[in-house]
Amino acid sequence: MKKITLSILALYIGVLAVFSQTKPSSDSAYRQRKLTFSEANIVSSYYSQDGNNSAITGGIGTEKLTDFSNSFSIKLTRVDKKWRKHSFDAELGIDNYTSASSDRIDLKANSSASYNDTRIYPSLNWTMEDDKKGLTWGAGASASREFDYYSFGSQVNVAKKTKNRMGEYGVKLFTYLDNLKLIYPIELRTGAFIPRGEDYPMAARNTFGSTFSYNQIINAQLQISILTDVILQQGYLGLPFHRVYFTDNSVHVEKLPDSRLKTPISIRASYFAGDHLILRGYYRYYQDDWGMTAHTISLEPVIKPTAFFSVSPFYRFYSQQATKYFAPFQQHTAANTYYTSNFDLSTFTSHFYGAGIRMARPNGILGWQHLGALELRYGHYSRSNNMQSDIVTLNLTIK
Amino acid sequence: MQNSFLHTYFFTSLTSPARLLITAGLIFICLSSCTTVKEYQKNKLNDSEMILSNRKIEKTELSFMSYREGASGANAGKSGGGCGCN
Repeated sequence: MKKITLSILALYIGVLAVFSQTKPSSDSAYRQRKLTFSEANIVSSYYSQDGNNSAITGGIGTEKLTDFSNSFSIKLTRVDKKWRKHSFDAELGIDNYTSASSDRIDLKANSSASYNDTRIYPSLNWTMEDDKKGLTWGAGASASREFDYYSFGSQVNVAKKTKNRMGEYGVKLFTYLDNLKLIYPIELRTGAFIPRGEDYPMAARNTFGSTFSYNQIINAQLQISILTDVILQQGYLGLPFHRVYFTDNSVHVEKLPDSRLKTPISIRASYFAGDHLILRGYYRYYQDDWGMTAHTISLEPVIKPTAFFSVSPFYRFYSQQATKYFAPFQQHTAANTYYTSNFDLSTFTSHFYGAGIRMARPNGILGWQHLGALELRYGHYSRSNNMQSDIVTLNLTIK
Repeated sequence: MQNSFLHTYFFTSLTSPARLLITAGLIFICLSSCTTVKEYQKNKLNDSEMILSNRKIEKTELSFMSYREGASGANAGKSGGGCGCN
């Protein structure tokens, strides 16, 4: 926790350092070409969940978890000789979580090292907008590290506006190369799976994906976006400390295929109704080759009494059909090739609702001229299998 | 909750081709009514609340949903990487 506090303190000092510099004027073409500060964002959130279907204890047992997440991002821009706008985004995120179910990797432990962990995830992104040609190019890299999991991501993207500039096609290719430590439940550590101190055997999990999108302006109040992904995951796709209890009460490690193809498609719309109301809608259909299908619908009306203040209640409905490899506690048999008792892959519906407020003023908020926007959002999530969670998030935008 | 109105009538009782047809029909109606909007008419479209992607404040929400639900992707955000094992 001390590390987290120091890291957050370092982030805030970083913000102060940025603002202690003189802001360059943009009154000449020459100076516009210099790299200039655009904005910084601080996002902090606290998440808390509870339930009684933990995969670590075979589909029964506590799912109590908390996650304190903080991220700081900074955006710099410059215009090159061809008047193309380059944006550079750098982000650093730090999560600190506690998990009662992870603690049950050792069923006899009252509290073990796996009770809490810290995840650190930096990322860098570059975007180049060529307004003359209606083209946008981008590339990015990211990393994520926690005790038992390492992930390295990269992506490239390109988007092209249509001739009348009312539409835009986009393609993105991305990959995540992950490695996880094979930390098995204590009672199942035999042979090659006995760790030497902290030296656990490793396994790979790779994700290769592509996104195809099309945005269209319908009229001066309405725009829509259609988006589809093709995502292929390969490697160790289960988790080594997820237990599965068979009908004969024997205990096993979750076993899932080493390949998964996901093909979701979505449509999103934003409609400015009148002068003080924006309606945002989203629908997604999802299917994969593990037999799972899902529907997601969300609606968020944004009420804007003034141009600088908005209130946005939101509601999201989600429905999922279980993967063919799922069965609850003591339902699998030795005849099953693949098996999991992870309720995140079961059949359920969920509701997520809450509200957010946003203040944004060009000359600052709460007496601080650099604070461009302040946003606070709370949401409650409930799943039909009795898992509940709450999340509160604060976003400060500094300009 | 499994038998809610939304689930039963919109998702379960409609076949995949029917759903696809309805979606394609709605998209066609939208696209066929498109008008050319000039730059000076885009003040509402350029409002920061009108963006067609996720906002920064939704980042943690999307992250926990991608872990707690089997479906992911098609929301213009991250779609892989990370453990989500709790």
